[in-house]
Amino acid sequence: MNLTNLFKIALKALGNNRFRCFLTMLGIIIGVAAVITMLAVGQGSKRSIQAQISEMGSNMIMIHPGGERRGGVRLSSEDMESLKTEDLEDIRSQTVFVTYVSPVVNSSGQAVYGANNTPTTIYGVNRDYLEIRRYRVENGDLFSDRDIQTAAKVCLVGKSVADELFPDGQNPIGKVIRFGTIPMRVIGVLESKGYNSMGMDQDDLIIAPYTTVQKRILAITHLQEIVCSALAEEYTDRAIDEITDVIRVNHRLKDTDEDDFSIRSQQELSSMMTSTTDMMTVLLAAVAGISLLVGGIGIMNIMYVSVTERTREIGLRMSIGAKGRDIMAQFLIESILISVTGGIIGVVLGVGAALLVNILASYPVYVQSWSVLLSFAVCTVTGVFFGWYPARKAARLDPIDAIRYE
Amino acid sequence: MKEVIRLEDIRRDFIVGSETVHALRGVSFTIHAGEFVTVMGSSGSGKSTLLNMLGCLDTPTSGEYYLDGVSVRTMDRNRRAVLRNRKIGFVFQNYNLLPKTTAVENVELPLMYNPVYSARQRRQKAVAALEAVGLGDRLLHKSNQMSGGQMQRVAIARALVNDPAVILADEATGNLDTRTSLEVIVLFQKLHAQGRTIIFVTHNPEIARYSSRNITLRDGHVISDVKNADIMDAAGTLASLPAEEEQS
Repeated sequence: MNLTNLFKIALKALGNNRFRCFLTMLGIIIGVAAVITMLAVGQGSKRSIQAQISEMGSNMIMIHPGGERRGGVRLSSEDMESLKTEDLEDIRSQTVFVTYVSPVVNSSGQAVYGANNTPTTIYGVNRDYLEIRRYRVENGDLFSDRDIQTAAKVCLVGKSVADELFPDGQNPIGKVIRFGTIPMRVIGVLESKGYNSMGMDQDDLIIAPYTTVQKRILAITHLQEIVCSALAEEYTDRAIDEITDVIRVNHRLKDTDEDDFSIRSQQELSSMMTSTTDMMTVLLAAVAGISLLVGGIGIMNIMYVSVTERTREIGLRMSIGAKGRDIMAQFLIESILISVTGGIIGVVLGVGAALLVNILASYPVYVQSWSVLLSFAVCTVTGVFFGWYPARKAARLDPIDAIRYE
Repeated sequence: MKEVIRLEDIRRDFIVGSETVHALRGVSFTIHAGEFVTVMGSSGSGKSTLLNMLGCLDTPTSGEYYLDGVSVRTMDRNRRAVLRNRKIGFVFQNYNLLPKTTAVENVELPLMYNPVYSARQRRQKAVAALEAVGLGDRLLHKSNQMSGGQMQRVAIARALVNDPAVILADEATGNLDTRTSLEVIVLFQKLHAQGRTIIFVTHNPEIARYSSRNITLRDGHVISDVKNADIMDAAGTLASLPAEEEQS
């Protein structure tokens, strides 16, 4: 018997039992819709975390002094003065996988303009810093290399600082503000980056040449931190190796010595953050998958009922020439039709539900095409798998018994 | 005349628990094309087993069965299914029509399992078969919208549609009243007159009077096999019945 005929027969048989067929399908519909919605929600939150991290610079590498013991006492990294400007220069000149390098020295204090003031942090950096941390200058200009050489009293302010100090919408460019006691001329305003995933306001800062902060505010010559960016996120590990080598040579560490600095990368943070959401996604998908399984068992159940109910029909078909495989194909196609139709409706509903979650709860969702394909494939397999046994039972019936079955 | 069926010492044993039941104990006969044979016997005589055998639904324990010159005994399930599809038309006591399905679709069914027929050819042959049984005006009636006599005529059309070598009727009038039974027998006689080979299994001796040959079974043996010299005309009997309201 050809496929077209088998499909016609199956459609007719399902049509004869529309409501039952719909209820069976409902199990699959709910299962598939649940899988797709859950994966979409899970992937959505993962992506939004990843996006926030990459806003901070996903290929960022942070080098802190530390890890040194002196006479058995481990010193805090604050007290260490091991990172020097030379380390910065050598990282810049001797590495391949590092693109941008910036020193960081910072100080907290009160920024004042006229009657307004706000507590904030000043970061002493070089021009690369904006590239590494993905800041952009919205208004005005970045300080020049010459400003760095001369420790010029110029700065760029973050949006939050600008709003606090210039509440009436004055243009901050060219105005002289004070940070602590040091007057500084504002030469630029940074574009707003909003809050990061840890809830920190990324616009609450002042950026100045690092020499200015070192000499005029902190009165130090060492660097508190060096930040770099790797060529790309996947080269982070190789960049870290290069940097380690450069600094160890610079600090004249013997092979047996511990590093007197520590290196952390944003990649670690990123994988830590996403592993949590990955776990959530797996859990949600598992729950949804179970409901798909339950749907499959529903199909099996109804196919069994259907085979028993139609024993006489099977007997008749066999006596007029249907082979076992014709009967098997007929019932398998029925169960596949139920599951695939249920799957299609489930996909539509699932995607719809995901969008609804997005619109109503403004929760980030992302429907991946593979999750749709996967649940669709699982559906078809479910149809075959759970239809197989009843269909085989039908195919193995003895026509003599089946035709006289009451 | 051409041989359609030849049975040679057919035996069929069933093992029930630890006992062996001999349903057929050496049955032999030959049926030629164009015969209308009634196979009679009380229950337990082995006539159902014989019918299953003749219909290629079952195979004998020993003995040879030739259907249209082909030995059936060694065939597997699939080859017997094909054989049934091409050579045999079944008519059952309880009609066995597909529910909620039109007459023409029911009749098309055997051709669905024969890949040589296109959808159009199927439809043409089914319509022709229904016209042959006098249901040309009820092609699209569903099985639940028809009377018992009409349903049995649809079933007969279904048995005719593949031009079988033999039509096997299993108590085909068992569920019908006297009048409709006679109508069905009129139809069988008409098919017989057209040269069809018919085997009618029944326990009702009345029917034997309308056939050309009677085979009687008892305890798995053929106890009589006689040609009927005086075939009664079912149409005549029908006409002689007292007039009755047309059944709905």
